[in-house]
Amino acid sequence: MNTRPAGPVARAAANFLFALGLPFLTVVLWGIWSTASTSRFFVGPLTILDAFRQIWIGPAFVDDVLPSLYRLALGIVASIVLGVAAGVTIGRFRRLRETLEPLLEFFRAIPPPVLIPVAMLLLGITDTMKVVVIVSGAIWPILLNTIEGVRATDSVMVETADSFQIPSWERLWLLVLPAASPRIMTGVRQALSVALILMVISEMFASSSGLGYRIAYFQRNYLIAEMWSGILLLGLIGVSLAVLFGLAERRVLRWYHGMKEITRA
Amino acid sequence: MHKVSLGATGLLGFAVVWQLIPALGLVDPQYLPYATDVFAWLVQEVRDLAFWRRLRLTMTSWAVGLAIATLAAVVLGTAVGLVPFLRRATHTMVEFLRPVPSVALIPLAVLMFGLQMRAALVIIVYAAFWQVFVQVIYGVADIDTVARDTARSFGLTRRERLRYLVLPTALPYLMTGLRLAAAVALILAITAEMVIGNPGLGRSIELSRSAGDAVGLYGLVVVAGLLGLLVNIVFRFIERRSLTWHQSVRSEETR
Repeated sequence: MNTRPAGPVARAAANFLFALGLPFLTVVLWGIWSTASTSRFFVGPLTILDAFRQIWIGPAFVDDVLPSLYRLALGIVASIVLGVAAGVTIGRFRRLRETLEPLLEFFRAIPPPVLIPVAMLLLGITDTMKVVVIVSGAIWPILLNTIEGVRATDSVMVETADSFQIPSWERLWLLVLPAASPRIMTGVRQALSVALILMVISEMFASSSGLGYRIAYFQRNYLIAEMWSGILLLGLIGVSLAVLFGLAERRVLRWYHGMKEITRA
Repeated sequence: MHKVSLGATGLLGFAVVWQLIPALGLVDPQYLPYATDVFAWLVQEVRDLAFWRRLRLTMTSWAVGLAIATLAAVVLGTAVGLVPFLRRATHTMVEFLRPVPSVALIPLAVLMFGLQMRAALVIIVYAAFWQVFVQVIYGVADIDTVARDTARSFGLTRRERLRYLVLPTALPYLMTGLRLAAAVALILAITAEMVIGNPGLGRSIELSRSAGDAVGLYGLVVVAGLLGLLVNIVFRFIERRSLTWHQSVRSEETR
């Protein structure tokens, strides 16, 4: 950060302060405010933590949290596989892209929660239906970003590959996918939050278990601290997803960040 | 013109497949009504004034929510993206708040504002904000190092750097973020109406679901899709107009 190179201990301490300073301040301010405020909807952090421990650490974890996470994981993996595969195919062939573009635009444009009633009608209230709903919403950021990434492949490199007559399979692995990967990862990042949202709504609508169901249940029964603890848990799941994603992104885009480092040096 | 006819072929193909699935008995028409029935329902519905009134309510909360979210995200995103201190200090907070699904806040919004448009706005702004914010931060961080060093050697002022260095780099990201935010805001506007029950398109969907009106349900899903399509087309047009100089747009036109 500054001109004098800091020792490893000082750097670790600075990182620690930067990482936890603002959240710590926020929690402290919240605590002070919740004791001062008379609103019954804002309960203090300690009350929430207490409710969190009572509710989520125990059988509820197996009954509500694990099934939700399982559906979420299944939906995300399916979205990535289908989205990238379809995106590369559609991005490569201009004619195909132009044929499908209005249709894809239309499907992407349908707000996915609207498909929950449709999925309920077609598939009944099942786990499959919830996974289908998650995929039907999360696939679009990945698909469209992949198409964009493939489309924006450096034209000099494409022409080089053309003149060297690189076979299409190698070209896919060595040129198209790496060139599109920064965009693909951006798409995946967006898809993660959409998937989490859909997991929650599909459970709010059509379930008798799962995180979304629990939170809606707490709200309807005015169990405020419990409701906040559910929001906190969803936040934690979201953060864990983001951390996992960050690790994956660093691995996939190592060359890209490395390239930026080199041009900087 | 060629592109238009290709796209029309795609749409037509989809409509034919839709019509054939119940016609061939693959799915009971009770669960998947004929495409022709749904379109007949649509033609009837667009003559109804109440339909347009519901549409206007949905689009009002969408527009207001999107405007608030974009303004806040551009200002905060630029500041946080450009100042390393702010970026490091807010990182944990952003990483924790951003993934909180906005729908998890529906119960809270209902408790605070009741079954009104303001409750829906909370959800819409929260969801749309992060889409733009994250893209602006990515965009500001993606500044070409050579361009940055050049700007520094030429002694560009802060204002000039914003105008000629930061804006062109971040603009594609901002436009992507805006397009996504517009779509997300519409999703949340309709979702809020479905869950909270403030009048609009979403509530009509929920009503026709509980009434078991499959034709009406599919018709409203098509309307929601068309609405989203319209939003995307408008924002894509804005994106193209503002990015005519960018590689991804330029290569399309020369080819």
